[in-house]
Amino acid sequence: MKQKQSNLKAYIFIAVLLLLVILLENISAMIPGLPQVFQPTSPLFTVLKKAAVYSLVAVSMNLLNGFTGLFSLGQAGFMLLGAYTYAILTVPADQKEQVYYLFGGCALKSSIIDGLGAIFGTTGAGGAVSMILGCFIALILAGCVAAFFAYLIGIPVLRLKSDYLAIATLGFAEILRAIFQWQKLGRITNGANMIKGFPTFSSFNITDASGNVLVRLSTFIPFLISSVCIAIIVLLIHSSYGRAFKSIRDDEVAAEAMGINLFKHKMLSFVISSFFAGVGGALFAMYVANAQAKAFTSVMTYEILLIVVIGGIGSVSGSILATFLYVACSEWWLRFLDSEQYIGGFKVPLLRNGFRMVVFSIVIMVIVLFFSQGIMGNNELSLSGLMKVLSGKRERKH
Amino acid sequence: MEYVISVLLSGISVGGQYALIAIGYTLVYGILRLINFAHGDVFMVAGLMGIYFTATLPIGESLPLVILLTVFLGFTIERAAYKPLRDAPRMSVMISAIGVSYLLQNTATYVTGGQPMTYPTIPFLSDTVNVAGTQTKWVVIITPFLVLILVYALTQLINRTKVGMAMRAVSKDFETSRLMGIKINNVISATFIIGSALAAIGSILFFTNYPAITPTAGAMPGLKAFVAAVFGGIGSIPGAVIGAFLIGICETIIKGLPSAWDVSVFSDAFTFALLIIILVFKPQGLFGEAATDKV
Amino acid sequence: MGNALRLENVTMQFGGVVSVNNLTLEVPEHKIIALIGPNGAGKTTAFNCITGVYQPTNGLIEFMGKPMVRNHPTGKAAKTYKGENADKYAKEAVLAPTPDQITGLGIARTFQNIRLWKSMTVFDNVLIAKHQHAKQNVFSAIFRGNLAEEKRMREETMELLVEQGLDAYKDELAVSLPYGLQRRLEIARALATKPKLLLLDEPAAGMNPQETNELADFVRQIRDKYDLTVFLIEHHMDLVMNISDYIYVIDFGSEIAQGVPEEVQKNQRVIEAYLGVADEDEK
Repeated sequence: MKQKQSNLKAYIFIAVLLLLVILLENISAMIPGLPQVFQPTSPLFTVLKKAAVYSLVAVSMNLLNGFTGLFSLGQAGFMLLGAYTYAILTVPADQKEQVYYLFGGCALKSSIIDGLGAIFGTTGAGGAVSMILGCFIALILAGCVAAFFAYLIGIPVLRLKSDYLAIATLGFAEILRAIFQWQKLGRITNGANMIKGFPTFSSFNITDASGNVLVRLSTFIPFLISSVCIAIIVLLIHSSYGRAFKSIRDDEVAAEAMGINLFKHKMLSFVISSFFAGVGGALFAMYVANAQAKAFTSVMTYEILLIVVIGGIGSVSGSILATFLYVACSEWWLRFLDSEQYIGGFKVPLLRNGFRMVVFSIVIMVIVLFFSQGIMGNNELSLSGLMKVLSGKRERKH
Repeated sequence: MEYVISVLLSGISVGGQYALIAIGYTLVYGILRLINFAHGDVFMVAGLMGIYFTATLPIGESLPLVILLTVFLGFTIERAAYKPLRDAPRMSVMISAIGVSYLLQNTATYVTGGQPMTYPTIPFLSDTVNVAGTQTKWVVIITPFLVLILVYALTQLINRTKVGMAMRAVSKDFETSRLMGIKINNVISATFIIGSALAAIGSILFFTNYPAITPTAGAMPGLKAFVAAVFGGIGSIPGAVIGAFLIGICETIIKGLPSAWDVSVFSDAFTFALLIIILVFKPQGLFGEAATDKV
Repeated sequence: MGNALRLENVTMQFGGVVSVNNLTLEVPEHKIIALIGPNGAGKTTAFNCITGVYQPTNGLIEFMGKPMVRNHPTGKAAKTYKGENADKYAKEAVLAPTPDQITGLGIARTFQNIRLWKSMTVFDNVLIAKHQHAKQNVFSAIFRGNLAEEKRMREETMELLVEQGLDAYKDELAVSLPYGLQRRLEIARALATKPKLLLLDEPAAGMNPQETNELADFVRQIRDKYDLTVFLIEHHMDLVMNISDYIYVIDFGSEIAQGVPEEVQKNQRVIEAYLGVADEDEK
């Protein structure tokens, strides 16, 4: 009973949060004269979008590294698969010639959205339905392709011990990156060039006939998709399977002796984690409005891993919190470190391009070395706990 | 024919340079069971130091200084980022290594301003020489010999000296060696010092042959050297060297294949495919020992 | 009644070291059988062979009258094999079930050095052992289509905890329990897999005399209550003599004696194995 109630509360919380996001991104249109921060061009929205995308990837990595104890560094590879699957399937037919001009067009003549457009129509409500449905199907397929490749690579590598697993998955991601840059596959992947022209987050804004934005949904969409995906991961973690994953993390030998099929459960965790990394990759492509293999390097995986560590390995809410902090710092709050600053007439030393990332990596090292539990350890942020903290009535545990 | 010789020559030379990095990986892994992700970046930093020092100092002074400071860097990284985590889970140390790698790359971006830096021409090494009708640099010829000399010296060090004996003992059984009064921290520092010195020498040889250094220039050679170490059997020095030569040669062959096939993008991927194949079929590598876990 | 477990010519060799040598023994249903021997005699290795952690180099293990594990030396092992009966099983198919499959058949175990899941509560430790037999798949588990099954698992877990007197600690972390209770939790967790045969690896290690005495009654109780067969390794001789219906003694991997407790107690080879051969001078 108690469990059901807290589930209900969590769903209400997510719904309220999503409504607030819609409100926030449209507030400048409703109340004129707000500060720059609330304008659609504000870095606030860049941060929110990017963090929504990254938090899904971070949570999916945490499912594997934090909850199953499998140290995998293949996240960027699965994101790449998701991004390309989404991009290839949704570039509209009339854009293909232009996007694939180096290769004389795409091998895939049409897109999912065009196919649906033939059923629902391409303009007005019909067009919207086919666009939304098409993107939705493409996102799921993005996850499925990543999951399928995870299954294939999982058969050999999941039998490996921790650090070998890490380097093998890292290597796999590098192999994928090379394959997607191969000019011979240019008619599908556009070689080393980027794929553009597919629907992005701003395609979901509601416009009038002349293209003026009526309601902005470009921040809401990544929040919606990430929330649903993260909610599914949380449900998994709290299920019988999630408990089995944790038992593998804590002690493999005991888990096996208590009847848990190691390979099957590791594979399950790996495939599900990769599915969501794939969806995350597709969202990332929507965020940057292009898909390019060059972007999905091991540095990206490291970045996500560090976010997971900062949030606390084994804490979903920690990962989400850390993602928003990390992205806000790197994209917004610490930007000033990258340009020369004057306090009065005094020029602050050291500040120039690149300094932000140096400060950033030092902070990360400090967290890794001295606060290895991260922000949350393996605890979760709960609404009732938050209320208690806020009202200062937190009971001490004896 | 000339083409084959030139491909082979540069393959052996690249392999030799990988070997010098791979030894650092294999030694550290043998003792700490840690994939030192930062090692490739130490190599890159050594390259950058080479650029900055030769700009102000004569070659004869700057190169030894590069080696000395790289050694100091390796030593400091171990003391600052790995030693505090000695009793932490292995995953934490690996994460710390990734953090250090991130820090070194970002610092390099800051210092260089993100611009690719050109490595100075080192007299003699950069001079060209004619071998069997192909023009090549002296560094290509010298590298394999220098590597063999250094490896010979290193094996002597490990088999004949007290530090070497301690290193072997620690890599066999960390806990017991600790109980037997071996000063673990000194042994580990020694490993990092040797590894960094070899990486510094490797960087001089490697970058002499390359147009430019970027902050991520160390990552890929580093990973490849690690693969070489795994290929040869991690913990084994001859294994790492042979693995590195093989990978270097294969890689140059792939790069040298006709450009119509457009397979040169796979020169990096090939290494990783090789890694996965080894890990699946012979995880202990060519010369490594299989380990069993006690239940 | 037949045998719950039967080992036939089981040999386990690691490289050149023979840990278990040509071991043959029987564990009849509903009995309590002990395997004893000095430190390093190969007792735990024998358990690991039975539970699938190791695959024996040679020999046959039957469970409930059916072959469960079978192997013969092949490849590299065939060349270095030092044990006996190398050809006996060469014609028959190799059987190598994984530990979870063996648990599924109905063999559960505890560990010499307690292996509880440290970050989890007492309740979850037992609940996870129910995962294997739950009727669910990953989709029904995520989307809560298995609520009846989940409820049943939780009820059974609670029942088990009450029976083992652990219900008061159900929300504590497993590691925070006192040592004796951790051992008891390990047994509860093993029982949650619904075993027919329970393997106890030194259940009395680290317990005081009083706890050890209680343990004997406790083992008999669970044997009767859950209709189990018990096969245990133990160093505590009082306990072994008190509890066992039959005892096998091994040393350096080979059996040196077997019999009911009284016989084993008087056996000269057993005394020598435990105390060493007395010097002539000391007589």
